[in-house]
Amino acid sequence: MSSDLTRLDAATLAEKIHSREVSAVEAAQAHLDRIAAVEGDVHAFLHVAGESALESAALVDASIAAGTAPASPLAGVPLALKDVFATIDMPTTCGSRILEGWRPPYDATLTSRLRAAGITILGKTNMDEFAMGSSTEYSAYGPTHNPWALDRIAGGSGGGSAAALAAFEAPLAIGTDTGGSIRQPAAVTGTVGVKPTYGGVSRYGLVACASSLDQGGPCARTVLDAALLHEVIAGHDPLDSTSIDAPVPAVVEAARLGATGDLSGLRVGVVRELGGEGYQPGVRASFDAALRRLEKLGAEVVEVSCPHFEYGLAAYYLILPSEVSSNLARFDAMRYGLRVEKGASAEEVMAATREAGFGPEVKRRIILGTYALSSGYYDAYYGQAQKVRTLISRDFAAAFAQVDVLVSPTAPTTAFPIGEKIDDPLAMYLNDLATIPTNLAGVAGMSVPSGLAEEDGLPVGLQIMAPALGEAVMYRVGAAFEAARNADESGPLIARIPELEVAAR
Amino acid sequence: MSTPTLIEFDDVVARFDPMLGLEVHVELSTNTKMFCGCPTEFGAEPNTQVCPTCLGMPGALPVVNRTAVESAIRIGLALNCSIAPWGRFARKNYFYPDMPKNFQTSQYDEPIAVDGWLDVELDDGTIVRVEIERAHMEEDTGKSLHVGGATGRIHGAEYSLLDYNRAGVPLIEIVTKMIPDTGARAPEVARAYVTQLRDLVKSLGVSDVRMDQGSMRCDVNLSLSPKGSGVLGTRSETKNVNSLRSVERAVRYEMSRHAGVLLDGGTVVQETRHFEEQSGSTRAGRIKETSEDYRYFPEPDLVPIAPTPEWVEELRGTLPELPWERRKRISAEWGLTAEELRDLVNAGALDLIEATVAAGAPAGEARSWWVAYLTQQANTAGVPLEELAITPAQVARVIELVTSGELNNKLARQVVDGVLAGEGSPDEVVESRGLKVVSDDGALIAAVDEALAAQPDVAEKIRGGKVAAAGAIVGAVMKATKGQADAKRVRELIIERCG
Ligand SMILES: [Zn+2]
Repeated sequence: MSSDLTRLDAATLAEKIHSREVSAVEAAQAHLDRIAAVEGDVHAFLHVAGESALESAALVDASIAAGTAPASPLAGVPLALKDVFATIDMPTTCGSRILEGWRPPYDATLTSRLRAAGITILGKTNMDEFAMGSSTEYSAYGPTHNPWALDRIAGGSGGGSAAALAAFEAPLAIGTDTGGSIRQPAAVTGTVGVKPTYGGVSRYGLVACASSLDQGGPCARTVLDAALLHEVIAGHDPLDSTSIDAPVPAVVEAARLGATGDLSGLRVGVVRELGGEGYQPGVRASFDAALRRLEKLGAEVVEVSCPHFEYGLAAYYLILPSEVSSNLARFDAMRYGLRVEKGASAEEVMAATREAGFGPEVKRRIILGTYALSSGYYDAYYGQAQKVRTLISRDFAAAFAQVDVLVSPTAPTTAFPIGEKIDDPLAMYLNDLATIPTNLAGVAGMSVPSGLAEEDGLPVGLQIMAPALGEAVMYRVGAAFEAARNADESGPLIARIPELEVAAR
Repeated sequence: MSTPTLIEFDDVVARFDPMLGLEVHVELSTNTKMFCGCPTEFGAEPNTQVCPTCLGMPGALPVVNRTAVESAIRIGLALNCSIAPWGRFARKNYFYPDMPKNFQTSQYDEPIAVDGWLDVELDDGTIVRVEIERAHMEEDTGKSLHVGGATGRIHGAEYSLLDYNRAGVPLIEIVTKMIPDTGARAPEVARAYVTQLRDLVKSLGVSDVRMDQGSMRCDVNLSLSPKGSGVLGTRSETKNVNSLRSVERAVRYEMSRHAGVLLDGGTVVQETRHFEEQSGSTRAGRIKETSEDYRYFPEPDLVPIAPTPEWVEELRGTLPELPWERRKRISAEWGLTAEELRDLVNAGALDLIEATVAAGAPAGEARSWWVAYLTQQANTAGVPLEELAITPAQVARVIELVTSGELNNKLARQVVDGVLAGEGSPDEVVESRGLKVVSDDGALIAAVDEALAAQPDVAEKIRGGKVAAAGAIVGAVMKATKGQADAKRVRELIIERCG
């Protein structure tokens, strides 16, 4: 019974809980059991909060038993939360030594919304330190393993959240996407990940990597589940000045509409600059098949050009480190977190703490950003990068004047072996080539599973991009594609994941 | 360190032209901080007015305080500045333990107010126009307390304590352009500018502008150029100038010091100096070898400030009468000489008197109460006049009771003492202390008869027509009634009884 519960999608599980066919406590316990069984292999979590998960689930059960309507369509469903959101009752480490054991004195707005919706938070998931990385290998607490092939990366920075979904440790997860950290892990684990429009989900309590790029978003195994979670977490927050004060797009309705399978009248743009060289053949093939499938659904597929996308990666690696160098300055041992008592002055303690507390990728980016913002270099680096950012936004605007959504492969390759790119930052950075432009422009993007690459049998993701606040059409296309793919291949991609060897209990 | 050569002030101005610049920080008296909802009251227990945002906790975000923006715009308008229709905050990055995020959120190249001026009136009536370069918003830092060292400085301290109550309190920094051609009057101009700016900001009601509490802080920039050369000299920036008098002294000292360096054939070092209140001198602080690199960039956690023209005009409509114009009007209304007015202003009595008059008291009486008895009481208690525990309305009520004859002056002072002692309003003190003038003739007649009987010789003189002798009897009656009798009525009754 309980192992079956972990295979259900969130919408189905919620229905069973709300109709009292199963209890929220049973659902939570089933997932906690699964975590206990597979975590040794997967390492998706940095913290599992079994007791509070069961308590929160019991409250949902009591409320349903009392005849109260569920707090949300997902009340009672378990979720894995990326360890970058502040939680008052759990540590929040951001995958860094410098915050080891830190318990925030407050909840992030997103955390509060999950709690208010009656969602059971199972724990906090692994990530690259301060969300910098594409493989979760830069976590100070060890890498996450891809449930499709344990010697491979689960993507990053949100590898923990994506792996938790693929390993059936949770049906829902939360990620954050600064340059692809939700979408690329979704692609390499055969799951769904959405980066909402910048400002669509509150950043209050999301420990910043790069403020102007970071965006929290839903992760799930189905498009509908992602939409249900999207509606829980999105919406204006007076505590975040950059949050958009506008109605949340009706993404659940759009996902249900999409699942009926008709995309006639929609125009889908293939970004010429996100193709060509550098893509693994199996990724290329899966993408081409996806385009044919979209045409079969009635969409008109056309090629569009976004000429400035090729400068996106360079601009991103100036803007991001610049903001990082400033955002991470607060970790100085004076108020919270690690403190290395070395030397006589505050400055020496700060330096020793930052030396011991930050990993190599974080240090690399702090140094890069400090340099890029220095007087005499600012105009050439940060200033130029901001201009590129404007040009990329214009490319998107011009493209969306012609088409409803844009598509590309989410990542250039399938999951690569752990350790393969750890010493080659440039190779690692290329993972995010196709996902970065949406962050620079603040528009929406998602990754849905498109198939398995022939050469390695590993999942490939299709990226769908939409204008700011254009999530409805994006979910519609994603849901239609998912339904068609499932129909053609007799079931969801995730069903083809190899069984993990469950530890004897 | 060698003692600097100081040149006589007259010599300095004979040989050099001073160039003066002033940067004034004003701490706004908003209820909450610049970017969070924490209170800003002065003097709370350390670290009790803090939250995740002003402690720089991971994940916490700033939200701009609209009242602070409003105050900034009003200060800008009062200084005849243009208000920027769009501007971003910037991050000024540097590490310091009392700065929670290790960057200060400030306005850098997009200040809210630019290009204004303030006409400053010197003692002899000369007007000097001081051009304002900019006024911008920023947040204050916390405070460090260095424990164990001899000087309270970080060097040699055993440990330091940090208080973040002040971190995030809104500041407006007002920067002048270089003020040329002030010559020998540079110290006076500096003092007059800061004084007038203080009065202006105070009249806007946006800050306490208390230099002694740090809610107004002044940095003095000064350089000298050889007389008539027009060649700009190297400037020093003097901080820690915490009173109006210090502003004047700091300018004077720096002029003498710079001249000493230059006449010795040396070069002035571009540096930050600290004013020493006791000696009236300045000492070198950090030497700026290169200009410090703060790595400014636009604050990505905040959206731009974009005041609409309608809002700016609405705020222009809220500007009060300018303090100096108000003074002119009051002088005329009350018939004061320039000196009398200055005395009132210096005593901090002008606002109080005006408020007392506004509460219904005649100007003469109001003035007399505040500059005489109440000033005395303030001096005795060692507090500024405005901090006495009596309101202008209460003073007006006391004056009203005297005018109506319900109190005499002696009783009125006792009533005021009662109010100052926290015994309640004037009417409550009259009631509880039983201080009404005795005007019941029956009681008075008995007292008069008793006094006359006790001093038959005096009574005889009065009956003989020596009315002046009545004073002795009046005194006796007043003593017997504990001063509560209406002396005028007592005198009338004595004449009557002896008639
Ligand atoms: Zn605060």
